Amino acid sequence: MNSTAGPHSASMSLEDVTVELGGHMALSNVTFDVSAGTLMGVVGPNGAGKSTLFNAIAGLLPIRQGKVTLDRVDQRRGALAYVPQRETVNWRFPVTVHDVVMMGRCCNLGWFRRPGRKDRELVKACLGRVGLTDHHSALMTELSGGQKQRVFVARALAQEASVILLDEAFSGVDARAQEDLIEVLRTLRDEGRIVLIATHDLTNLASRFDQVLCLNRHVCACGPPNKVFTSEVLEELYGSHGVQFDMQEDQ
Amino acid sequence: MIDLIVAPFEYSFMMRALIGSILVGVMCPLVGTYVVTRNLAFIGDALAHAVLPGMVFGAIIGINPAIAAVPTGVSVAMLVRFVSRRAGLSTDTAIGILFATMFAVGLVMLGSAKTIKINIEDLLLGEILAISPTGIYVSLAITAVVILGLFSFHHRLMFSSFDPVGSQVVGARPSVADYVLLMMLALVIVIGIQAAGIILVMAMLVIPAATAYLLTRRFVSMMITAAALGTVAAVTGLYISFHFNQPAGPAMTLVASGLFVLVALFRRKAFA
Repeated sequence: MNSTAGPHSASMSLEDVTVELGGHMALSNVTFDVSAGTLMGVVGPNGAGKSTLFNAIAGLLPIRQGKVTLDRVDQRRGALAYVPQRETVNWRFPVTVHDVVMMGRCCNLGWFRRPGRKDRELVKACLGRVGLTDHHSALMTELSGGQKQRVFVARALAQEASVILLDEAFSGVDARAQEDLIEVLRTLRDEGRIVLIATHDLTNLASRFDQVLCLNRHVCACGPPNKVFTSEVLEELYGSHGVQFDMQEDQ
Repeated sequence: MIDLIVAPFEYSFMMRALIGSILVGVMCPLVGTYVVTRNLAFIGDALAHAVLPGMVFGAIIGINPAIAAVPTGVSVAMLVRFVSRRAGLSTDTAIGILFATMFAVGLVMLGSAKTIKINIEDLLLGEILAISPTGIYVSLAITAVVILGLFSFHHRLMFSSFDPVGSQVVGARPSVADYVLLMMLALVIVIGIQAAGIILVMAMLVIPAATAYLLTRRFVSMMITAAALGTVAAVTGLYISFHFNQPAGPAMTLVASGLFVLVALFRRKAFA
């Protein structure tokens, strides 16, 4: 944990969060804390409630009981940014990389204000931070999976978000690009932001997180990766042959 | 040649028809860019059909059908979202139910109101040559409102069109942009119906925007191109209608489709 209290620094805690979806408990009594400047992996099998957890934190799903508290230096809007799953994005909509990052400025602009020079410069700087300066006029559909994810991270930066949620950010992204993305996310973590990444892929990334939350409709374990990944926890997550199965699936 | 182009405008109805055509040619494709990129074609078609009872009711009580169509269109647009959310039905199903019911109500009203003279063909196919000054004023007012809406909601609409989930996370009131879009759609349909009729207003919503989609990279250029193509189609259609004594709606539609076919044939690169 490398917390430095920057302007975007924030800490978050979930207390006894329970979410009901279509009559059954999707999450029960989820309690954990995330301190400022944490890169946290949320791992668990498909259907474990990773997306549900993110949606609850982001306010897209009603929380039946419990609460999410966010303690943040910057009090303006746009505390949370969401890097969407590939399937929820309308790729038919013709937008350039620049357009997408500029969307991050949208909540800070009034109804009739156009983006000014300051906004454009910020967009440029954010693209620089994710290493995509040369791609600013490319169409989103022309980018690789990893580049797309980095554009969404740049959008979160433009939004000046304190908490960035990445839902299955590594699916369809090759190992090299995953590394690049993690490197970028580490620099955000170093500014005191919270980065949460949902992934079902444990094989090569687990050690790169500061903290890991093991989720299977409830919290199985939460802590640094070397402490959390015990055989008991893995069994609870994936069943007795789960770890091997998980590795085969990813090859 | 010049005579062919200028002569029609010695008649004041032709001047009105020209203004009406330009408004249709610009406004329907502008909103149509969202229809094409967000798969709203079915709801567009449904809204056009659903304003029929409003228009007939207007004619019965003696106000301009275009004026009466505005509240009908806007309320059906709102109802669609409400019904699909409340009933837990897919939006398509909710649209199907509302659209068929409203259109049937309109037809029944038309059948039972024997005292007024409404030509069903004018409603269905459009009658731009007979557009009244009031019709033009309604179209101008709608144009002003929709331009203002497109301008002030531009960034939010782009955001929610491209990444609906991400925009919900950022926005405090997520569905506002969607409601505004549906309302603007209902409004431009009222402009479109006067020229192209209930059945073919769809053509002006979808075809120029789809053509522009094939020609441009960015959304804003798509909007501008769609409006230009729409204007060409609407005005050319008007001339064809005048000189060959054809209804304007089909003429505009065929010009728009002709442009689309040309572009689709010569433009190989299709976007994903």
